[in-house]
Parts: sequence; C-alpha cells; structure tokens
Amino acid sequence: MNETPNLIYIKELAAGSEAFEQKLIGIVKREFPDEKDEFLKNYTSKAYTKAAENVHKLKHKIGMFGFEEGYQTAIDFEEELKSSNTSLYSKFILILESIEHFLKTL
Amino acid sequence: MNCIIIDDEETARMIIQQLCSQVDELNVIEDFPNAIQAIKFLNKEEVDLIFLDIHMPDFTGFDFIDTLKNPPKIILTTSDKNFALEAFEYECIVDYLVKPITLPRFLKAIQKAESATTVTTTEASAETSTELPSNTSSSEENELYINIDRRLIKINIPTINLIEAKGDYVLIKTEKQNYTVHSTLKKVEEKLPTDLFLKVHRSYIINIKKIIDIEDNSVLIAKDVIPVSRSNRPELMKRLNML
Repeated sequence: MNETPNLIYIKELAAGSEAFEQKLIGIVKREFPDEKDEFLKNYTSKAYTKAAENVHKLKHKIGMFGFEEGYQTAIDFEEELKSSNTSLYSKFILILESIEHFLKTL
Repeated sequence: MNCIIIDDEETARMIIQQLCSQVDELNVIEDFPNAIQAIKFLNKEEVDLIFLDIHMPDFTGFDFIDTLKNPPKIILTTSDKNFALEAFEYECIVDYLVKPITLPRFLKAIQKAESATTVTTTEASAETSTELPSNTSSSEENELYINIDRRLIKINIPTINLIEAKGDYVLIKTEKQNYTVHSTLKKVEEKLPTDLFLKVHRSYIINIKKIIDIEDNSVLIAKDVIPVSRSNRPELMKRLNML
C-alpha cells in the first residue's frame, strides 16, 4: 500500500477554522474504533452481509483521509463480502490500521 | 431554505453542517441520527430541504421518503453510487452527493435545489425543457449533453472555453467547435462546476482555466476578448492564483 492518510480534505472543509477541524477529528477518533471493531466482530463471525455494511460506513472515512486507491479497495471489498468472498481482507485491514495509527498522531 | 440533516454517522452530519454554514441561504434547523426521529419532527414542522443518507440501519432513506405525504426537496447523501437509478424515480430528489462531499459539488447541489424550488413556486415547469439535460450522476460531472436538431451531443465540460448569451440562444465555444443551443445563460450556469466557470458579464460565462491574459475590464480566452463587468471583477480576481 503506497497511500498514506492526510488531512487535505478536512482542512479544505474547515476553511481555516481550527475549532471545526479539532471537533471533527475528535468525532472521527471516537467513531472510527467502534466502526472498525464492529466490522472485525462481524467479519470474524462470518456475518459477511453485516461486515459489508460496516465497510460501507468505513468507506466515508477512508475517503476523508485522502485514500483514492484505498477507497476503491473498500468499494470492491464491500461488493466481495456480499458474495462471501474475502480476498481483499488483508488489503482492507492495512488501510484501517494506517488510519488508526494516523489518528493517534493527531 | 430551512433544512434538516438525517445521517446515522455523526461525522457526516457535522460535515454537512459545516458545508451548510458556508451558504447564506441555508438554515439548518436540526440534525437526526435516524429517520424515525426525523419523521416525528416533520409531523410538527415543515422544512424546505432535507439532506438524507440512504444507507441507514433498519430504515433506509427511501423507506423514509415513502412515509412522507408531501416531501420537500431532498438531496441524497451516500457512499454508494448504486442507488442512483432508484433515486430518479422520486421527483422530490434534486441531487445525489457521494461522500466525502466537497464544497464545489455541494454548492452545485444547492443550486439545483434552489432552481427546483423556483420552478415549483412559479409553476414554470414547462420552462425546464430538455435543451440542456442535467448531469445525472457524479460520475458524469465532466459531461454536458446539448440538444441540437433532436440529437444529444456530449460535450466534455473542461474543454468549454466560454458561453455567450445570444437572445433566446447560447453560444457554447469549446476548444474545437462552437454550438448554438436554445437555452439561457442561467440554465447553462446551473450545469457547470462552480470551481471552473465564472459569470464575468451578464452575457458571458468563462472557463477560468482558459484565460490567457487579463486587462482592465476584459479577459482573453483563445482569440476572444470577453468583457468583465465591474461587479464581477472582484470575484474573478479572487479566483486567480496571483503572485
């Protein structure tokens, strides 16, 4: 995976408002671990339809942090999961871990 | 326009709030994490516009719309392009935004909502003719279809140099060809991305990426010298990347 997370989108959205930026990052820091945990729970219990819904939700945050290839991976993985195919799991989990580490630096 | 936001993701609600805060005409009354709470609210209050997430647990955005007797204008927000076709079965849906939503795309959606409101209030639906069919999904943002002699011709939007009003017609000048279409400058403007195009005069919209040079009250685009009105000049200057 060559992509790394960035704050370009969030900063553009904030239009200079540090308060907005911090508040939004705070919400993401709170939501993201829960969404990841729910995905892992459903994935490990082979509840792939529910896991696909979790991927759908996570897709937004993947896009927010500037992942382009990663966003496409999430789209493909969501579709795969709907037919119980899991070949993109490792690729997808790397994206989530990358965001997780990035959030810890903010 | 009074509006509400319905999305189960708090991040998404906050982003839409922030985008709305950048448009004077929008007043966000409430936001809701689910459709049920929104339905209760709408039983008591009226709104002009709803930002609605389609993909919510238990009660989808389409389920929600089906509960409304007289739905207001709705802009769908989602991370899924697959719902686009279903969306166009609903007259109340004016646009479809794919997350993460950018400001230019958001502004375009608001323009569509505003023009849809105008059409309703003036009962001028006949005026919304199909000379310039709208772009129907985010994947087609770079395309504009024009109706010439009953043929729909696709124009790649970034290749447009300028558009000039000519009475009941507009002249669309692209890099390679010119087209005369029965339409108004206002209608054309609504179909173009706001980050790329700017109305610099009551009769001209220009592609700001195509500017060769600027003199006091005019810009040069290809071989055309286009007048810039005094009131539009500050916005033009603001858009330029100047040293």
